[in-house]
Amino acid sequence: MQVSYRDKRWEFDRRMPVYRLLEKLSLLPENVLVLRNGQLVTEDQPLQPGDEVKIVAVVSGG
Amino acid sequence: MKCRKCGAPAVINMRHHKLALCAAHYLTWFVQQTERAIHKYRMFTHDERILVAVSGGKDSLALWDVLLRLGYRADGLAIDLGIDDGVYYSEHSLEMTQAFAAQHPETRLHVVSIPARYGESVPEVARRKRRVQRPCSVCGLIKRHEMNRVALEEGYDVLATGHNLDDEAATLFGNVLRWQCTYLRRQAPVLPANDAGLARKVKPFCRSYERETAAYALLRDIAYIYEECPFAVGATSLEHKATLAQLEHDAPGTKLHFYLSFLKARREGLFSAEQQEGTALHPCQKCGQPTIAPDLCAFCRLWGK
Ligand code: SF4
Ligand SMILES: [Zn+2]
Repeated sequence: MQVSYRDKRWEFDRRMPVYRLLEKLSLLPENVLVLRNGQLVTEDQPLQPGDEVKIVAVVSGG
Repeated sequence: MKCRKCGAPAVINMRHHKLALCAAHYLTWFVQQTERAIHKYRMFTHDERILVAVSGGKDSLALWDVLLRLGYRADGLAIDLGIDDGVYYSEHSLEMTQAFAAQHPETRLHVVSIPARYGESVPEVARRKRRVQRPCSVCGLIKRHEMNRVALEEGYDVLATGHNLDDEAATLFGNVLRWQCTYLRRQAPVLPANDAGLARKVKPFCRSYERETAAYALLRDIAYIYEECPFAVGATSLEHKATLAQLEHDAPGTKLHFYLSFLKARREGLFSAEQQEGTALHPCQKCGQPTIAPDLCAFCRLWGK
């Protein structure tokens, strides 16, 4: 699966739930929203090898 | 995970509310939450005219969208800060705001350009006056002044900003770390208007998590500016947000309790002023806005020699 977050890109070929992916990337679920193939999904949802995953940061500030 | 209301697949799980919802029910819920806050803190009524300060970011555009959906008379105010040092932040954020406004012909968008009106961009005046690279304090001063000016000049009853719970909790955390009682006294969902010339200010999203406003903007297909202002990098408010996010992760609801308990303590008089604040306020000799300085307010002092 293709994963993007800000200007970073990763490729994973293993099936895993959203929360596992976030753990791997050291991201707190509270700080992001995850889109699987363009649809917002909860952290328990499975991600498959063909999926396009976009992680959206929700924190803004200054 | 299933939507608590209809059993369809959920799009968001809010651990702090023990609530998972599908897209349709989330959008309804979020709008209701905002309306509840507006009523609870008596922010404004349907008869009043509201000026929403819009930066082109998710919070302010989501706020404008929610207010319009609730049938409020809400117009927008965009301030072009002239922050275009290579990244076109101001230009891009104005584009987002104008695109949103174009889709809502029932509203008006006021645009104030700081460089065009005052001859210098925010980073320029910060470098000249304060000799600092990070213009945030000057920027905040300019934004507050201009928001108040436009609200008063155009006859709006109230000024609304998109500050969310995470913003409020981070500000509170910073103020508590240094026990800045003057700031703590002034931090509230509603700051009433005063005779000295300050418009009423409200924060309808003060109980909404940042993640919730972002989810709302995404699900409503609102195009917002995703990049940060280049000067936000390393801001203490972001560090405080990171600290609070960890606490929230370990104990969901921490941020909400932190903020709401503060409001309660405040209501009970914890930060009540020894002597009434505001007594020393009088109009600035140049712009007429309230100030505690003897002649010119801090804003007007920025532009003189
Ligand atoms: S980060 Fe600082 S300079 Fe940039 S918009 Fe916010 S307050 Fe202004
Ligand atoms: Zn539902």
